[in-house]
Amino acid sequence: MSDFFSAFFDELPQVRSGLWVTLEATVLGALAALLLSFVLGLMSISRLLVLRGTSRVVVEFFRGTSLYIQLFWLYYAMPTLTGYQLDPLLCGVVAFGLNYGAYGAEVVRGAIGSVPRGQYEAAVALNMSPLHRMRKVVLPQAWVQMIPSFTNLLIQLLKCTPLLWLISAADLMTVVQQLRDRTGETLTAYLTLLAVYFVLAYALTLLMNLLERGAKRRLGLPTGAGSLLRSRSATEAVASVPGGAR
Amino acid sequence: MATEPLPLQKTADVAPADAAPGAAPAVAPETGHPLVRFDDVVKRYGDHVVLDGLNFSVRRGEHITLIGPSGSGKTTILRLLMTLEKVSDGVIWVDGSPLSHVRTPAGVLKPAPEKHLREARKKIGMVFQQFNLFPNMKVLQNITEAPVNVLGKDREEAEARARELLDLVGLSAKIDAHPSQLSGGQQQRVAIARALAMEPEILLLDEVTSALDPELVAGVLELLGDIARNTDITMLCVTHEMNFARDVSETVLMFDSGQVIESGPPEKIFTDPEHERTREFLDAVL
Amino acid sequence: MNGFDWNAAGDALPLLLEGFRVTLLATVLGTLVAAVLGLAVAVAGRAPSRFVTVPVRAVTEFVRSTPLLVQLVGAAALFTSVEPLTIGIVVLGIHYAAYTSEVYRAGIDSVPKGQWEACRALSLGPRRTWQAVILPQAVRNVLPALGNYAISMFKETPFLAVITVQEMVFEARKYGADHFAYTEAFTLAGLVFLVASYPTSLLMRKLEKRLGH
Repeated sequence: MSDFFSAFFDELPQVRSGLWVTLEATVLGALAALLLSFVLGLMSISRLLVLRGTSRVVVEFFRGTSLYIQLFWLYYAMPTLTGYQLDPLLCGVVAFGLNYGAYGAEVVRGAIGSVPRGQYEAAVALNMSPLHRMRKVVLPQAWVQMIPSFTNLLIQLLKCTPLLWLISAADLMTVVQQLRDRTGETLTAYLTLLAVYFVLAYALTLLMNLLERGAKRRLGLPTGAGSLLRSRSATEAVASVPGGAR
Repeated sequence: MATEPLPLQKTADVAPADAAPGAAPAVAPETGHPLVRFDDVVKRYGDHVVLDGLNFSVRRGEHITLIGPSGSGKTTILRLLMTLEKVSDGVIWVDGSPLSHVRTPAGVLKPAPEKHLREARKKIGMVFQQFNLFPNMKVLQNITEAPVNVLGKDREEAEARARELLDLVGLSAKIDAHPSQLSGGQQQRVAIARALAMEPEILLLDEVTSALDPELVAGVLELLGDIARNTDITMLCVTHEMNFARDVSETVLMFDSGQVIESGPPEKIFTDPEHERTREFLDAVL
Repeated sequence: MNGFDWNAAGDALPLLLEGFRVTLLATVLGTLVAAVLGLAVAVAGRAPSRFVTVPVRAVTEFVRSTPLLVQLVGAAALFTSVEPLTIGIVVLGIHYAAYTSEVYRAGIDSVPKGQWEACRALSLGPRRTWQAVILPQAVRNVLPALGNYAISMFKETPFLAVITVQEMVFEARKYGADHFAYTEAFTLAGLVFLVASYPTSLLMRKLEKRLGH
């Protein structure tokens, strides 16, 4: 066994804790992003211009300024400006949440827009309140449409977690770099790190596909055989360009 | 289907179950005014005028069929009544109150807020061309969702009523099905049951058979005929099914270019129309 | 705790704009690599032999599912003799080629089957078929998506600072550290990104509408 792998297994607790930080940032960041997606997405379809405008500005701001800069701003600039230093992991969670929340808002808005107008009209004809219509009729149908795009955003978010290394959170990247420095096995170290990320990305995709299958089944839609193992498809990749204009 | 007393009957002023098709409707004696009245109603989309100063009224319990070429604004009338669209000008009166307006202290009518609309919608139900069942709810919940969460009915009561209505539309077996598992005709019958569960005084039927395969049309029409004969629900129906117009409605309104150009009992309109446009239209569709 | 120092911001701006030229250079060249390599990968993915298509798919999937930052840092650590900017452009190009190849693939799939059949009927060779018939139609459909990837690559160029490419964020970090003026440096850098990327995205949206997407 190479030096790198013996070091890797010798330091397994450290590796595990790095992995844990990475996963924590991914999951918490994704949850924050999910919440923000819905808040901004629902604001963007409000009848009130103030809410629509605010949502638009926030979305364009966080999509337009790079995630990298947002993260550094939170970590380096905010303390000098406010005197308050966030914990690195929390910085990551907030930055990921804001950035991917802005992209997610567009997903939410698009999915709500894709629910056929007749559904809204039928809900009006049954005299449902606007909130009731949204909660029981529109969102459950829009949700199915959102999942594939959310899957893409989640993987994008996962792929940004090595940024934590730059703000000294002891994430997986940090730990593997330490092992690499110790053993000098650059190629093995980085390939291992990439492989771990690849596995994580696939595991998350699988989970999201399970979620999608459940959501489809609740609508009585066909779920498609073997769909759980399919990777993110081409059209989906196009639909959620990581930092694109949509 | 209509041999058993339908679970639809209301206690007040029910039309006689054996009433011949086309017989005079039972008009509630205490109401001097029509149930629905369109008062110089105008509907514009940009420069395009769909309804041009429309006037007509509907008595309580009346079954009216709106006929006319496509694009003549028939569906718009139903959509205005359901408050899915706003009038550009004029007022719609339902049971003596303005449908989508409120009176200011100065006595002027202005467009009503959502709260007023929700009050106004209580009396009105609608069945759509495309059924519009909620795919995220099974058949039973499609029917009970609004009675429970809008009318505040007890869930058990609402479910019992839903079962009766499903029985009425002949779909008891599909109570746990997803809408996507039903044929178009079945979906439309569930949609009718769903509308009836809200106990509307006025039922709007917007080309309810147009999206159905020909062999499924008869079942839906028969069901609507039963409802018309056995309840006191006022019905406004846009259809291309002239048989339905003839068998179920007492009044046929012929529309063209945003106006009612002729109205009368079906036997008159279908056999001896006065207006040239009506004759042309009927020649084309019959 | 101190507020926003406009003087520091004024000092930092010329440095940032100096770095911004490198940022733009990396974006343009990176996009070029991604556009050409992505097309090659997409065409290779259509090869008749599974010995070509399967590895191509696997590598694309791997590159697409793993972090750009790790790829950058790894490449810089392995190829220490190569200039960081070159490494940055190549790695950006390869990473985004994994995405653009999917875009091309969708574009190629959208060319009607009849077009292929017509080529066969005219006994055009594979080269002519691709060059004269398939690609001109496919590429037109993918232009807006490629533009969007260029914008997202632009927003990921700060990653190059990590491998010491002296682009804008590198300069911002340096200025911030030297003058303890992170707030001004990063705020300005963020605004430059916003000012550059927002109009471009609007332009892309317009292009998308024009092409009927």
